[in-house]
Amino acid sequence: MSAAPQKAKAGAEKIEVTVSAVVPLNPLVTRFEFTRRDGQPFPPFSAGAHTVVEMRDGARTRLNPYSLMSDPGDSSIYAISVRRDDQGRGGSLFLHNQVKVGDPMTITYPVNLFPLDLRGRKHVFLAGGIGITPFLAMIAHLERMGGAWELHYSCRSKELGTYVDELTYKHPNKVHVYFDDQDQAIGLEDLLDGQPLGTHVYVCGPKGMIDWVHATAAAHGWPDENVHSEEFLAPQPGKPFEVRLCKSDITIQVGEHESLLEAMERCGVDAPFLCRGGACGQCETDVVSSDGDFVHRDHWLDDDEHASGKKIMPCVSRFVGKSLVLDR
Amino acid sequence: MSKFQFPPSISSRPVYGTLEPRPGKAHLMIADAEGAEALLDLAASDAALFANAHIIYIPKDTGETYVERLRALGPAQFYVGPSYAASVQRIRRVLSDAHMGLQVYLAGTEGLMGQAQNEAMQAGIPHGAIQTEHRGSVARRMQCVHCKGITEDVTTDPFVCSHCGLNLFVRDHYSRRLAAFQGVCIDAEDPGNVPEPVELYK
Repeated sequence: MSAAPQKAKAGAEKIEVTVSAVVPLNPLVTRFEFTRRDGQPFPPFSAGAHTVVEMRDGARTRLNPYSLMSDPGDSSIYAISVRRDDQGRGGSLFLHNQVKVGDPMTITYPVNLFPLDLRGRKHVFLAGGIGITPFLAMIAHLERMGGAWELHYSCRSKELGTYVDELTYKHPNKVHVYFDDQDQAIGLEDLLDGQPLGTHVYVCGPKGMIDWVHATAAAHGWPDENVHSEEFLAPQPGKPFEVRLCKSDITIQVGEHESLLEAMERCGVDAPFLCRGGACGQCETDVVSSDGDFVHRDHWLDDDEHASGKKIMPCVSRFVGKSLVLDR
Repeated sequence: MSKFQFPPSISSRPVYGTLEPRPGKAHLMIADAEGAEALLDLAASDAALFANAHIIYIPKDTGETYVERLRALGPAQFYVGPSYAASVQRIRRVLSDAHMGLQVYLAGTEGLMGQAQNEAMQAGIPHGAIQTEHRGSVARRMQCVHCKGITEDVTTDPFVCSHCGLNLFVRDHYSRRLAAFQGVCIDAEDPGNVPEPVELYK
């Protein structure tokens, strides 16, 4: 796998925005809408793209990626829908508890790691819970183009079925909803059976669901190229460790609740990143030397690269051991 | 022995693999001439595949050599055609009726595999998911870049375009869309100064 192209400055270009609406959708999910402070239209984005939202939470800066779920055809707003995660690292709690209409915020230009394959003859969307968000933009796009699609959306209950009413009202024949608390489940095998040649399937949801779709589709003879998935990993806490950054000529401490990338940024190192979720490859970093074990959690490096101990993705991966020296 | 190891070349040049059984709901196998041997080898590794297989076979100059052995594999459907052109309507019909889960296996000459791959891609199958195995003749399907005419079964370099008569140099530059290599006039600057044709890969 080749390295992603490197940019002069870390992260995508930034956009200064104002929070124009905060819309609670159910007890867990809230939509945040942004307008540009300079009054210009937003850059167009392709369905499936995400933006990284910068959150000034006291002394701490959080940078979390969220799928853009507004209509790609509307350049007056960007919108994200965020599920509150009480056990998470605090980004979603900050948005739910601190962010009010009128607040200034900074977000990045859109980056798309989960695009529609527009060669597809038909697009089948499989959403689990808050994984519905990128599909809202994709559906808007395909509706405008007259593309063929169907959605199979699994959620915990009617109450927590984000956008279920809107989707089933607008597209009664294309949207299929499955409620866990009514023992309904996506009949994946029947669903994959009999799809026309050139159908692409897209899955966004928990890791177990993504693995299940990839494995089932492969067993049914679907090419890998026709099965798309997106899963943002949140960095997991772990034991603090020390890292030597030889280009920057500093030694830094990575705390229990911060990622290696966040620790670098805290110490003023301009390390490259885009998705901050182990998917895009932008933050790939060479290991100069190490004495210990890597805790690789990304989707970017392959198994051989993980085993080699020569590369690490600092956005989600950690290290346990005596010493680690990185080429950064 | 019908296998030939093509020398390494530019990235435009197609590379072929070895057919392997893959899970699928249906299996479409298209082969010409010695390509039949690749299907027989495939059957040796997984005979059960053929219960859901449709074989489209074009014997070319191998005549009846392989026909009965292929029939004996017990494919769900077996068609023997006189030429690719005569078979392409059937290939298109099979692909238009097919669903996801179809596996495509192509074996034989480059011209056959290239054209059948093109049909499969137009039906919506990504080219990376289409298996190929070269067997038999190393003759090439060439497009004259000047008159755009296709000359089949080219075995020498240079060769004469069967449409416009120019002397063409055989390039490894390949078009997936045309399923043909590109042939370029070799004596444009000095008409008549044409090297002696040599057999390909000799």
